[in-house]
Amino acid sequence: MRFTKDHEWVTLEGDVATVGITAYAAEQLGDVVFVEVPEAGKAVKTGDNLAVVESVKAASDIYAPVSGEVIEGNAGLGDAPETVNDQPEKAGWFAKIKIADQAEYEALMDRAAYEDFLQSL
Amino acid sequence: MSDDNLKTTPLNAAHIAAGARMVPFAGYSMPVQYKDGVMKEHLWTRENAGLFDVSHMGQARLRGVSPLSAFEEVTPGDFIGLKPGKQRYSILLNKKGGIIDDLMAARPDDDGLFVVVNGACKDNDFKIIDDELAGQVRIDRLEDRALLALQGPKAAAVLADHAPEAATMVFMDARSITAFGADAIISRTGYTGEDGYEISIPASEAERVWNTLLADDRVKPIGLGARDSLRLEAGLPLYGHDVDETVSPVEADLAFAVSKKRREARDFPGAARISKELAEGVSRKRVGLTVLEGAPAREGAEIADEAGNVVGVITSGGFSPSLGKPIAMGFVPPALAVAGTKLKVIVRGKPQSAEVTAMPFVPHRYVRKL
Repeated sequence: MRFTKDHEWVTLEGDVATVGITAYAAEQLGDVVFVEVPEAGKAVKTGDNLAVVESVKAASDIYAPVSGEVIEGNAGLGDAPETVNDQPEKAGWFAKIKIADQAEYEALMDRAAYEDFLQSL
Repeated sequence: MSDDNLKTTPLNAAHIAAGARMVPFAGYSMPVQYKDGVMKEHLWTRENAGLFDVSHMGQARLRGVSPLSAFEEVTPGDFIGLKPGKQRYSILLNKKGGIIDDLMAARPDDDGLFVVVNGACKDNDFKIIDDELAGQVRIDRLEDRALLALQGPKAAAVLADHAPEAATMVFMDARSITAFGADAIISRTGYTGEDGYEISIPASEAERVWNTLLADDRVKPIGLGARDSLRLEAGLPLYGHDVDETVSPVEADLAFAVSKKRREARDFPGAARISKELAEGVSRKRVGLTVLEGAPAREGAEIADEAGNVVGVITSGGFSPSLGKPIAMGFVPPALAVAGTKLKVIVRGKPQSAEVTAMPFVPHRYVRKL
């Protein structure tokens, strides 16, 4: 699993990256009440808006941590947005992206580096 | 996170010790939430008693010759008719009939009029009142007082343990009494739609009173996040969002604040516009909306009719913890302001179904008689 400074996590199987937000991010957001996930076929570049996650108080954009084509949004979050709080780094994933360049994944932080980053905040 | 330019309330250390997330609000560093988060804090207040620090709000005494009649020069309320021990919601009007701020004004004792205004507006409000009423009365700001709100169905039982007299008050009563061993100004009111009190106390006593109330198992500290979702469910407008200097009380559905006596006398700022609107109607009106599908519609989202024509804008909105769905307030033409009217809210470019809904969204539970 790799991480971004925007508190997203990414796992890679073959050329398919699964993207979600970290437990830290989920805790910071508070109770998630709505998630807008991308539709399959959407092309994204690193830093593009990928999804929107809403708490009682505010809407937060989730940015694509890697470039590629979305092959699936997590439809399960439609009826159960609280999954993002309950299992942020498992069932609470947002989207699967067929990545264009594996080097983008390799360049992200590993868990140790992310933990160090959290300590620095 | 800290910002040297932000003011702090007398309860700043208590908030930080309680694990609050502090944010800038109205020039102050204020708790937006504590450890439980907005959802739990909101629901706790609806079921138990929530304690809020609202010391950023402006407290003042209007003193001098005939402060009640003087106050009528800047508001459309019947303050000459305000009885001792009572409080009234009112609005400060500009000469064009726009709302400079909304406020509470009370006669808790014989010392003039006790006024509480919004934190973000207080410097401007008090200057306007002082300038407009110069020579008759003066504003004495009570900078050395904190303001707490205790809200929820258990608030009355909790406060009765510390201030038995508070239990004898009803909604919109206000009294200067000794509570917690301090000089307190207590009113039975609030900004959540629940029964509850606002408690003004000397700043030097604030932390002790705060901790005394929190020692009660029925009470938890509640941040500004839940304060906002609670007032939204209660249908109460938020100054600077739902109402501002361009909005009249008639448009804002606050015409109840324009008293019968004053309507007849037409002797308040902006009376020409407001009288015309009362007689002939308005072109936009504040309404409640229930969002029937999709994401919460927040401030700035457009409102469209079923044909897709933009007819208005959302002025505040979010997710209702009590109802489990998104709700909002916004302005639409009167023809579309009827409860049950089907509209669209445009969120991130997508039209979502919404329906005009009578406010409050969650029934008020004020104690109007004992």
